[in-house]
Amino acid sequence: MLLSIIIFLPLLGVIAIALLRGMAPSTIKGIALGIALVTFLISLGLCTGFDKDIAGIQPDFEENRPWIQNLGTNYHIGIDGISLWLVLLTTFLTPVCILAGWNSVEKGLGGFMMSLLALETGMLGVFCALDLFLFFVFWESMLIPMYFLIGIWGGERRIYATVKFVLYTMTGSALMLVGILYLYFQNDNSFALLTLYERAQSIPFQHAELLFFAFFIAFAIKVPLFPFHTWLPDAHVEAPTVGSVILAGVLLKMGTYGIVRFCLPLFPGAASTHTPLIVTLAVIGIIYGALVAMVQPDLKKLVAYSSVSHLGFVVLGLFSQHHAGIQGGVLQMINHGLSTGALFLLVGMIYERRHSRRIVDFGGLAKKMPIFATLFMIATLSSIGLPGLNGFVGEFMILLGSFVGDAFSKIYVVLAATGVILAAVYMLWMFQRVMFGKPDKINSALPDLTPRELAVLLPMMLFIVWIGVYPKPFLSRMEKSVDIVVKQVQQSASPAIGHAATQAGNTAKPETPNKSFLHTEGK
Amino acid sequence: MSRELIVILLISPLLGFLINGLFGKFLKGNEKLSGWIGALAVFVSFICSIVAFAHVHGGEKLEGEAGILYSWIQGESFSFNIGFHVDALTTIMLLVITGIGFIIHVYSIGYMHGDAGYARYFAYLNLFVFAMLILVVGNNYVMMFVGWEGVGLCSYLLIGFWYDKQSATDAGKKAFIVNRIGDFGFLLGMFTLFAAFGSLDFSAIFGNAEAGNSQQIFGVNALVVATLLLFVGAIGKSAQIPLYVWLPDAMEGPTPVSALIHAATMVTAGVYMVARSAVLYELAHTGQVVAWIGILTAFFAATIALTQNDIKRILAYSTVSQLGYMFVGVGVGAYASGIFHLMTHAFFKGLMFLAAGSVMHAMVNELDMRKMGGLRAKMPITHWTFLIGALAIAGFPFLSGFWSKDEILHSVWGYNKAIYIIGLMTAFLTAFYMFRLIFVTFYGKSRVESNIASHLHESPAIMWVPLVILAIPSAVIGILLGWGGHGSVFHHFTATVFPKAHAESAGNVVLFMIISAIVGIAGIAFAWARYRSRHPSAQPGAGLHKLIANKYYVDELYNSLFVQPIKNVSHYLLWRVVDTGIIDGIVNAVAGIIRLIGGTLRRLQTGVVQTYIVSMVVGIVLFLAYYLFVK
Repeated sequence: MLLSIIIFLPLLGVIAIALLRGMAPSTIKGIALGIALVTFLISLGLCTGFDKDIAGIQPDFEENRPWIQNLGTNYHIGIDGISLWLVLLTTFLTPVCILAGWNSVEKGLGGFMMSLLALETGMLGVFCALDLFLFFVFWESMLIPMYFLIGIWGGERRIYATVKFVLYTMTGSALMLVGILYLYFQNDNSFALLTLYERAQSIPFQHAELLFFAFFIAFAIKVPLFPFHTWLPDAHVEAPTVGSVILAGVLLKMGTYGIVRFCLPLFPGAASTHTPLIVTLAVIGIIYGALVAMVQPDLKKLVAYSSVSHLGFVVLGLFSQHHAGIQGGVLQMINHGLSTGALFLLVGMIYERRHSRRIVDFGGLAKKMPIFATLFMIATLSSIGLPGLNGFVGEFMILLGSFVGDAFSKIYVVLAATGVILAAVYMLWMFQRVMFGKPDKINSALPDLTPRELAVLLPMMLFIVWIGVYPKPFLSRMEKSVDIVVKQVQQSASPAIGHAATQAGNTAKPETPNKSFLHTEGK
Repeated sequence: MSRELIVILLISPLLGFLINGLFGKFLKGNEKLSGWIGALAVFVSFICSIVAFAHVHGGEKLEGEAGILYSWIQGESFSFNIGFHVDALTTIMLLVITGIGFIIHVYSIGYMHGDAGYARYFAYLNLFVFAMLILVVGNNYVMMFVGWEGVGLCSYLLIGFWYDKQSATDAGKKAFIVNRIGDFGFLLGMFTLFAAFGSLDFSAIFGNAEAGNSQQIFGVNALVVATLLLFVGAIGKSAQIPLYVWLPDAMEGPTPVSALIHAATMVTAGVYMVARSAVLYELAHTGQVVAWIGILTAFFAATIALTQNDIKRILAYSTVSQLGYMFVGVGVGAYASGIFHLMTHAFFKGLMFLAAGSVMHAMVNELDMRKMGGLRAKMPITHWTFLIGALAIAGFPFLSGFWSKDEILHSVWGYNKAIYIIGLMTAFLTAFYMFRLIFVTFYGKSRVESNIASHLHESPAIMWVPLVILAIPSAVIGILLGWGGHGSVFHHFTATVFPKAHAESAGNVVLFMIISAIVGIAGIAFAWARYRSRHPSAQPGAGLHKLIANKYYVDELYNSLFVQPIKNVSHYLLWRVVDTGIIDGIVNAVAGIIRLIGGTLRRLQTGVVQTYIVSMVVGIVLFLAYYLFVK
């Protein structure tokens, strides 16, 4: 029940705010923040109750009940060591965002908070769903609150940005829906993901290839992988700060999560065959995103393009077929959520003061805003992968795994590693222009961070340092789940070895025939 | 020796950083306290270093399992620890870092007096010491890399310390980015080692180095690839050709920073790395690349130093040049000699930078020596200590630089005569440019502007005492530790760490010493003849002089070859054409077409019933016609 409570508690907040219309703004904010905080606290139970020796779905948190029986769909949710962290990232970022948006919304505060909380439920559902139909419902349901967040509380060109965002995503979703339907019939009219992991292996290769791309393109758009990325800068620039944080922090991870959860394990053969193409796109994204970020005049666009570059690293790692690469890719999803989330928060805070995001309008902020400058520096260093902070651990593992794994040529890794240089170029150049120099009259009148803003940022900083210095609690919980993915990908040719993997990771119960090998223990 | 000792060694400067960094604001009224907290933090590390040295001297070592503190990055098929490796090489580095580091902290208390960012300065400086210590105590390459990038960050922060100055922040950024180019090589070098050994621990790699020698990467011997890539990192960090360009600019930072980071410690990290990886360089035979890059850099930088008039820039090019010597040493396999020169250089170059800071202090931040002259009368201590440093670097007999430089040159003779000749020429140039600086600055008639001249003064005790303390080892440490060449105290102490030097005792030791001494003294004599009572003209030179005085236009070359093209391609081609033009063009075109189709189809749904009936009838008629006549 724990998982269901976590997923639907925010929805309860939505209903509460909807029912109690006409409340004072402070009450609305209080309810929203309270609900989000409680959700986060409850979700910590997932972390403490997590058994890291179990490979695959954690039996303690798994729920499986019939839902629409005529359709063959179940309400089946659960988490493993990969989704655990994305769930926690979501429950962590939501209260941070609510606090960050405390004073930024003047009109329609209730709607704003409702959208945020509804979005949280959608995102959590995506990370927990183990039924393709349920997954698709959550996947699509996220679009609506996001549509409102950008479309109502966004900037000047918000309508263009929103339509672009929705159309891009819907194109991908349409392809994925076709794929899901094919798998449904393949799976004896069932949407159960876990049984599919085995049955999908018997799909003829030509079909598997098409299915792989149906899913992959949907995810690649979300990531976004070059050349499907042009919705992202527009969406970020037009979105309110909170929207940008959620977008960069969690929504982009839907794409990379989808790749590990669906593309790789369901169609390992096709994934492996097309790895050169995908890795080429990832490497282009890394370099291209960095180069274009370098010449952006707008802070938000710069950070947006830097995301294209960073997510390129994640995709590279996920396709490395190596433990370090895939685990690094998963960790880097969290890291990117923290560092880029923090950067968007910081940009938002400065925007609220200066009403500009143009880099040329700034300069010398370090003088009058030393705390802001310090935190900005930490987020910057995290983003460029300085050892001791979180970004390094992820990037290092990704590059190491990609180099050592045999999935693709080492030349890709050499090219990708130039992204490490370029990241320093664009981030430090931006930092210099914004923070250093002598402040002009307007900039020297800007006040430093308020206690509320510090409360927003310090938790982010805590995790940025924590993962950099002592990532073990994070890595150890992922390890077994990543191992399964590696085995699924590497040994796609011989399913027999897949069973060996089960036995290795199995706890007590003998295997029941209809359970897949990802599934160690049912309820 | 216990891990706890090393933990205290590391934690102390980290604490200092946190105290000054977090609470510096509250110490504002009492800047001395900030400074002494910083200095004390390093002093504690210095004590720990002495204890560690005593243990190692007594035959102990900290390595392998015993050194592991905790498991850092770990997964199914890889494991990287935070752990320590302490042997003779480590303790030499520790003593240099914390010893000279402490003296420079003390000096800074006086030098930075009254600066608005006083606490911030000491916070950064302590963070630097912490990172530098991590670099040398790590028991694996990843930890070395952590320190490697950490010192780079501190260098960036301290070069750009006066951040309202554009030139300072430009220099800081340049330092970081150029270093990152080197780090890119270091990263790939680590990956290559991991591919060959499945680990990045020193014990695992050096113990199985032979096995790694049979591996191939990119169709080439893995050790060759790995050592060369790691050396790319060293080229960046230790400012060698072609990545030396950041170091002269780094002089924008406060002068004690130049002394500590850009002369005594951080820039020598590359030399340390090669010496630490000696086993690999031996097997891969890549030392000759190291030696050649080193000697070319030594010569090239020395020529630039001949033409500069800014005291700190002369010292900076001199540092680049001397680092070249160190690479020659470790490159030809004379690891102990290379590290010995690293140590003596740390003393005398640190000393000269601090003395230059003392001159700046008196001259109200003037650095152009053409505006000085005759300073020795007003600043006797600064003059004498600077002179000792200059004599040491010039290779004047029996001062520290004489011993260490001679050892390197001696080893080179048996390795490659061409490198030896260039090395000797560089030694001559070194003596010449250094005494050009001494004579123009401290001798001759005073050219100091009258408003400054009136209050020219010797620096306060908190600054001159450190000068004197550094002058002593600069003078005597060579003869104490280097007497007897390969049989010296220093070689004996490091013998457990390094493979035996191959070029041992080729030729007569005394003869080599005499040649080195003559060359050094000749350089001094030439400078005496030319600059004793003259100073460089303000007129820009022509021809070769102009080329060299403009540093061979390397910065300009890099700018037009790399920086501008990348910027332009990114802006115009990638962003404007590819992103906005092509990709978004297609996206918007598709959207436009769909809208067009939708718009057309929409017209069919007029809502007028008659139209629907007409089209229905037409449809039925066509349908029937098809079946009746065509079928």
